Amino acid sequence: MSAEPLIAVRDLVQKIGQQEILRGLSLDIFKGETLVLLGKSGGGKSVFLRHLIGLMKPISGHIQFEGRDIATLNERELEPVRKKIGMLFQDGALFDSMNVHENVAFPLRERGERNEKVIETKVHDALAMVNMNGHDKKMPGNLSGGMRKRVALARAIISPPDVILYDEPTAGLDPIVSDSINKLIRRLQKQLAVTSIVVTHDMISCYHIADRVALLDEGKRYFYGTPDELRTSRDPVIRDFVDGRSPDEDEPL
Amino acid sequence: MPFVNFFGNAVSGFFIYLGQVAQLAGETFASIFKGRIRFKLVLYQIAEIGYRSQLVVIVTGAFTGAVFTAQVYFQFASLGMGSAVGSVVTLAMFRELGPVLTGLMVAGRVGAAMSAEIGTMKVTQQIDALRALAVHPVDYLVVPRAVAMLISMPLLVVECVGCGVLASYFVAVKVLNIDAVYFMVNIQKFAESSDIFMSLIKGFVFAILIVFISCHEGLHARDGAVGVGRATTETVVIASLSVLIANFFLTMFLNILFPAGGW
Repeated sequence: MSAEPLIAVRDLVQKIGQQEILRGLSLDIFKGETLVLLGKSGGGKSVFLRHLIGLMKPISGHIQFEGRDIATLNERELEPVRKKIGMLFQDGALFDSMNVHENVAFPLRERGERNEKVIETKVHDALAMVNMNGHDKKMPGNLSGGMRKRVALARAIISPPDVILYDEPTAGLDPIVSDSINKLIRRLQKQLAVTSIVVTHDMISCYHIADRVALLDEGKRYFYGTPDELRTSRDPVIRDFVDGRSPDEDEPL
Repeated sequence: MPFVNFFGNAVSGFFIYLGQVAQLAGETFASIFKGRIRFKLVLYQIAEIGYRSQLVVIVTGAFTGAVFTAQVYFQFASLGMGSAVGSVVTLAMFRELGPVLTGLMVAGRVGAAMSAEIGTMKVTQQIDALRALAVHPVDYLVVPRAVAMLISMPLLVVECVGCGVLASYFVAVKVLNIDAVYFMVNIQKFAESSDIFMSLIKGFVFAILIVFISCHEGLHARDGAVGVGRATTETVVIASLSVLIANFFLTMFLNILFPAGGW
């Protein structure tokens, strides 16, 4: 792990309506690591993720990626950045007018690949990585939530990016599929040296994949450390989250 | 005071909307001139917009021409001017009815479909997925629709006018027993190539209005299925009203370039 962060986020502020979602969030993400983002629902984790790929612009703050502040770039200037960063959306966000094969082949075709044999091979390999071969002709509407997520993951990794952002990759999946996704995230990190940022509530997944963990609370970074430090922390806020305990659980009725 | 506030908000809202649609049009034309055109998608959209709109445009044009012929004949016959029907219907179809009726039909059929499709993509994060894959939504969604619309719309207008005139001929000659020679001679005498230009120019302008209003509504859809429904309804209403209002100003302006009755 290099000392210079690949992505350096500084003092990020974002509001949705009147609600302040991010309140000066700062975070470093290093090349090749898997950072897991934890936090309450509605706590700004997904919003933060969307800033990293330029889908949202912060009210203030900076996001340095490879030495450039991507928070100031427009849609056209962001295109080269987005070619290096893949994103897995919470519900997959597959193109519902295209079948599985066309969805996965989409990034290749858009980047100018015209050789159908090359496209065929790469789509086959990407679908094999997520155990989805044999479903090529199915439309997204005919897939289960887990299958949609895996196809979306295949689409995100078919042109291997430097960074992959995962928005709740295991939410709503059965434990076996969740485990296969966790292993895939690990495998991508080992085989392709991909940097991963994973938003999740799944503590099993967190311990399985994380090199480093950040816990967001009230729009700020509350904890930043290794999974072991998280596990052994005695901080009540962290313990409540890790143990899945609501704060008023022990109060008398 | 509440009335002033309401009026002020309505006026500023109108200009903001106009600015957003103009900005979308500017971005789209910039992409077209820079060659960011996906020809496969353009062909697909021509089939959707042009080919699949033909039935509605043909039926609208033909029956408007037919009924207009009958009404004009009933009024003109008593003055002994029954044979002027052909020229009146042809001029009206080229200059006004053809472009406006085609515009209204396309706004209802194609504009609504565009808005619903893009709006659904917006609320289901498919447009965010496009952006995340480094594909500009204007290049992928708006440019092919705009190019297809600019190609298809003038052709649809001509088709509508042609069917209207043919239906007029049939009703006048076969039903109302007007002499075919007088019918044709009067058309040749009064209709000019400038009437065709006017028709094509109007078709072109209506195409621009419909495609950018529809795409803008779709790209700004929010709040799920209800939002998509609202965007679709607004598309039909705004695009139809825009066609009717723009038609008046185009008529006044184009009449300076191509004066009617200049013979």
